[in-house]
Amino acid sequence: MAFPFALSLFPKPFTKMSGNMNLTLKVWRQKNTNDKGKFETYKAENISPDMSFLEMFDVVNERLIVEGKEPIAFDHDCREGICGSCSMYINGRPHGPNNGVTTCQLHMRSFKDGDIIVVEPWRSAAFPVIKDLAVDRSSFDRIQAAGGFISVNTGNAQDANSLPIPKNDADESFAAAACIGCGACVAACKNSSAMLFVGAKVTQFALLPQGKPEATQRVLAMVNQMDAEGFGSCTNTGACSAECPKEISLSVIARMNREYLSAQLFAE
Amino acid sequence: MNWFTKMFNSSIGQKLIMALTGLFLCSFLIIHMVGNLQLFKADSGLAFNKYAVFMTTNPLIKTVSYLLYFSILFHAFKGIWLVFSNKKARPVQYAMVDGKANSHWTSRNMGLLGTIILVFVVVHMSNFWAEYKFGHVPYARYSEDIQTGEMLEVAEMPAGFTMANKMEEIIEGRVRTVIVKDLYKEVSVEFKEEWWLVALYVLSMAAVSFHLVHGFKSAFQTLGINHRKYNGLIHFIGVWFFGIIIPIGFAAMPLYFMFK
Repeated sequence: MAFPFALSLFPKPFTKMSGNMNLTLKVWRQKNTNDKGKFETYKAENISPDMSFLEMFDVVNERLIVEGKEPIAFDHDCREGICGSCSMYINGRPHGPNNGVTTCQLHMRSFKDGDIIVVEPWRSAAFPVIKDLAVDRSSFDRIQAAGGFISVNTGNAQDANSLPIPKNDADESFAAAACIGCGACVAACKNSSAMLFVGAKVTQFALLPQGKPEATQRVLAMVNQMDAEGFGSCTNTGACSAECPKEISLSVIARMNREYLSAQLFAE
Repeated sequence: MNWFTKMFNSSIGQKLIMALTGLFLCSFLIIHMVGNLQLFKADSGLAFNKYAVFMTTNPLIKTVSYLLYFSILFHAFKGIWLVFSNKKARPVQYAMVDGKANSHWTSRNMGLLGTIILVFVVVHMSNFWAEYKFGHVPYARYSEDIQTGEMLEVAEMPAGFTMANKMEEIIEGRVRTVIVKDLYKEVSVEFKEEWWLVALYVLSMAAVSFHLVHGFKSAFQTLGINHRKYNGLIHFIGVWFFGIIIPIGFAAMPLYFMFK
């Protein structure tokens, strides 16, 4: 009776292991920015529930390469939820069905065997598709370059008591600084508005003493650049904050509005 | 571009226009509601008809009413313009969108709800406002006892009767006689006879409700007012007052006359 046991040590490569899943993917394929693009259907077989969504894509891509086909292009880098590279719009939601995570942190256990998964790139005039699921998010870089920084070197950390910062301000600033610039807010917004991103960047600096001297120019320049990039305006649906992997609060948009309006109305 | 036009041309400035005109229209709803509650008064419409005269002749109210017409038009057309310009920000649509996972239906359909309200406003104003201003609203004569306040007689003036003013008041002895344009009659007849008009009114008030549940608190967010201490109050007023009490109050008026 040892024979069947020994066999089970060497499972056949393409049979489904217990608990593993077979899925159908409908993935947006687009050769380049000017290509029209279309959906292609792929089978993802024998997928472990412990894989991340990106690892599932790696499996599909390896098979495509073996078959001599073009692998699916998608953005990824750190794969631990802090770089903001991964950017898939999965089953109608940025970064998939779970809240507060990026696509690399989305695990296949969030899906069921036999599921059909629709994967699209971020869609926005300001985020042109480079290829397949990879989009050009340099519009965020240009907004950041317009004012999302402090012009002078702030030097070493000073003695903590020389620059008193209220705890609430420090916390709020830090929460805003958690933004990884992934663009899920733009992808989720029905107007492709970038206000959660810009609001987070404005808030992060506006609350701290190092950022205050340039707060006025900063908000004017960043909002100006945001509008120039072709993002839509805000309808306060809250979709951005609900889909943000870093759960940035809508209050950053109110702060940006406040900073912007008072800068326009009162700054000399 | 100077700073002023620059501000109102920016994405935030355009939202500011929507917020300010929207809140002004909200304040109008309160006045309109309070005044129209006189429709429920059991005086054959005397108080309501007097109020209608006051609202269309008082110079201060007339001035504010022009600001109101302007706000309605501006809010409506700027809103429609914003919907279309925001659509341009996403030229290729998603194949699949799970909107309910991250936002409320009302917040995603302000344009649709606003369009229903705009159609309603046009119908409503042509029914009563234009009729009162340019049409032939009949006159009614009310006689009441000054000392007891008792209504002695209510009579329709003969068809074709007209006079220079909307209202004349004559006091003879203990009897006060008021001849006034009878908008009350116009209102009660319209809602009694046209069931579809009542249906349109009730449906439109549902649209007002959904529009304001999102719109009221959204306006504060646009103005930059998002404060832990006041968010709860703003949300409460938006939902309970503007989302429930005001629309139910307005919807009760046509229903009252329909079943009266």
